[in-house]
Amino acid sequence: MKTPGKILMQVLESVGKKPATLNYPQEKPPMAKGFRGKLKFKPEACVGCMLCTKDCPSGAIQIKKLGEKQFQCEIDLSKCIYCAQCVESCARKALEYTDEFELANIDRGKLKIVYSAQPPANTQPPTNVQPSTNAQPQDPTQK
Amino acid sequence: MPNKIRKLPDSGDVQVPIGPQHPSLKEPESFLLTLRGEKITAASVRLGYNHRGIEKACEERTYIQDLYLIERVCGICSHAHLTCFVQAVEEIAAIEVPKRAQYIRVVVGELERIHSHLLWLGVAGHEIGFDTLLMYSWRDREIVMDILADLAGNRVHYGVTTYGGVKRDITPEQIKDVLKAVDTLEERTKYYIELAKNEETIIKRLSGVGMLKHDDALRLGAVGPTARAGGVDRDTRRDDPYAAYPEMKFKVVIDDHADVYGRTLVRMGELMEAYSIIRQALTNMPEGVFRVRAPRRIPAGEATGRYEAPRGEDVHYVKSNGSDKPERVKIRAPTLANIQAVTHMLEDRYLADMPIVVAAIDPCFSCTDRLIGIKDLRTDKKQTLDWDNLRLSGIKWYQKRGVDFSRLNEKLKRSFK
Amino acid sequence: MDILQQLFNIFIFPGLLFLFVFALAAEFIDRRLYARFQNRMGPPWFQPLADFIKLLAKEDIIPQEADVATFKLMPVLALTATVTSFFYIPLWNEQALFSFNGDIIVVLYLLTIPTLTYFLGGWYSRSVYSMIGAVRSLTQLFAYEVPLFMSILASALLAGTWSLSGMAVFYNDHPWYWLFNLIGFATALVALLGKLEKVPFDIPEAETEIVAGSFTEYSGRMLALFRLSINVEMVVGASLLAAVFLPFSLDGNLVLGFAIYLFKVISIVAFIALARSIFARLRLDQMINLCWRFFAPIGFLQVLINLAIKGFFLK
Repeated sequence: MKTPGKILMQVLESVGKKPATLNYPQEKPPMAKGFRGKLKFKPEACVGCMLCTKDCPSGAIQIKKLGEKQFQCEIDLSKCIYCAQCVESCARKALEYTDEFELANIDRGKLKIVYSAQPPANTQPPTNVQPSTNAQPQDPTQK
Repeated sequence: MPNKIRKLPDSGDVQVPIGPQHPSLKEPESFLLTLRGEKITAASVRLGYNHRGIEKACEERTYIQDLYLIERVCGICSHAHLTCFVQAVEEIAAIEVPKRAQYIRVVVGELERIHSHLLWLGVAGHEIGFDTLLMYSWRDREIVMDILADLAGNRVHYGVTTYGGVKRDITPEQIKDVLKAVDTLEERTKYYIELAKNEETIIKRLSGVGMLKHDDALRLGAVGPTARAGGVDRDTRRDDPYAAYPEMKFKVVIDDHADVYGRTLVRMGELMEAYSIIRQALTNMPEGVFRVRAPRRIPAGEATGRYEAPRGEDVHYVKSNGSDKPERVKIRAPTLANIQAVTHMLEDRYLADMPIVVAAIDPCFSCTDRLIGIKDLRTDKKQTLDWDNLRLSGIKWYQKRGVDFSRLNEKLKRSFK
Repeated sequence: MDILQQLFNIFIFPGLLFLFVFALAAEFIDRRLYARFQNRMGPPWFQPLADFIKLLAKEDIIPQEADVATFKLMPVLALTATVTSFFYIPLWNEQALFSFNGDIIVVLYLLTIPTLTYFLGGWYSRSVYSMIGAVRSLTQLFAYEVPLFMSILASALLAGTWSLSGMAVFYNDHPWYWLFNLIGFATALVALLGKLEKVPFDIPEAETEIVAGSFTEYSGRMLALFRLSINVEMVVGASLLAAVFLPFSLDGNLVLGFAIYLFKVISIVAFIALARSIFARLRLDQMINLCWRFFAPIGFLQVLINLAIKGFFLK
């Protein structure tokens, strides 16, 4: 039967229900398995084939050679579109994605993340993650 | 002076600009309505606020980079555009896509249709001031968004399709999850159909609004649910089947209301069909590889991809010259086909109907905006505006209104050099 | 002493301060319930106050072509009119703060003024959306005012007085007589939705069509005042309906009477929130049709019923 207010029952029922929304910064929803978030680079696996930089649609990833089999990866989060094509292109599995997604930052410098193998002179074992804030400024005209 | 009342001489008519920035439009687009009281006597559409030069950008990137650019033609039907493009490229390169990949493409495509149509239902509810419907349908849409994030790794740009197959396989657990979610969604959709058929305020606002009859739909080239609501029996999934659609059993939902109400029913009917297609695809999913290797360089040739996106038929044309970059890409998004019908549908309606009539074609303006060069056949004169001329005409436009940008322009020119 | 008492009544209780707090609380209840009906969390309790303070801190922008004096005056006028009308409504006892024979007409008249200010404020903004919104709110006024007047006056007819306080006395003496006015109560509730411009009658400020209607060009303090006056109007309108149609428990002690008064008003606010969440917005022509063809005759029916009752029972 056509009447106004057909949704009434559902509306009244939902008062007793748990809200579908979350109080976001306090409560966080679980991320889906295999969510493509922030990239992670393993310097010890990289062989410097540069396929990731070649395939990256937005030019967000740069690999620099520091020495023999020593590579540094610089990821610009402000350019990255989280497509994970680089992860797919990498034959050595040196790149992988994490489910980290809260990456917004007012400071552009903090959006550049450098994963670097230690320089050969340093005797410390090569650590994997080193988010660095004092990354070199990038040439804005560079593609 | 923006939004100033413009009275047309010798009549009581008033021109009202809706857009480029307006709460009823989710993307910038300009509609100029001529009103007599609350009635619309004339309407015009102006496209072009969203031109991104995406076709040219495709030509400057490799095929692999284009995957992600094409996906970003549209936020809602990203899988549709991507698969359409990939199908054209696969045809040129003669890549045989494995059966399992075809099935996964269908599953993701139909999940995307569900998410798009539920989104539309919410938007339609909002446009007629029924925000509870918006909140409910978007809440239920979260289910399908979560499923897509689980299958593909992201909620909007799935990036599932790639040359030669799909990037990710579907595991048996995921199949179980999807089937469970589909059951919940089906129940909710049945409720919405019931609601749309019986809630009087919805019927009052939707029926008889935005009429587009069968013949007009054909004449104005409407596609998708907009045309099918007028009884045009067209669906690329059945007429020119792609992926695994030849093996699916489904019916093309058509309706004869020819108005916004009919379009609502068509979309809801398509949701029910989508659930059945997903069930068929998941239960009959063939075993085997889900991806074959594709070359980085695509041999010379050209092809057209067709895909039934949630909003209508999507067409991509790709021409390759043997390098790793396409020579030409042409995208015809479904909104471009439907936007012509909007002015027709708005005639003699009320101002209050304008938001829902525009929303009823499920517009995606940023997908639509392309540069069109007009060439006069007799004089061979081209009507295009290059960058410098555009800048000059802009300066002239402002000079007429008392603002002079020419000095600033000189300064900028010098600083660029 | 008497003057101090009056100043206290006007500025603190039940005047400006009490109305301000109650109006913000009513907005919170309305918004929170609306959110819960839609299965959302809804805003925290201080959100209306936070919105108000934020708007006060914002820049006032007056359109170049607007009539500055009218543009600035209208929000103040809207607030003044609604607050004034509150003093004539009996809240938890039989006697309102001020009363005289005929104050019912004054209250109805004062409650029409906000709509007029929306019209004038919108019209003198000289913006196309404001003007359409202004015309719409005036058109809508003529549709809902008739059923509202009919149903309230029907109740007054039964009581045989033109004073709201007098009506309170009458209904207190005849405890179950308010049940005769239930049809009128329903009509008045619908008309109140139109008066407060809430869904399904939020046509003058239909967001998706004309941005914010009359208030499109308003910003800063003036918008804050307009928003406050809408909330005050909601409380005053609900109090009026409570006084006219739910006139029970008006004697007795202050605490119980006050609690019952709050309960009545909050129930009406909850009804508004419910109506807001279960309907789609009607079109202007549909709304006018509905009011004239359906609710005006019902209001008239209530008048006839009350006349008959008066003729048969109260002699």
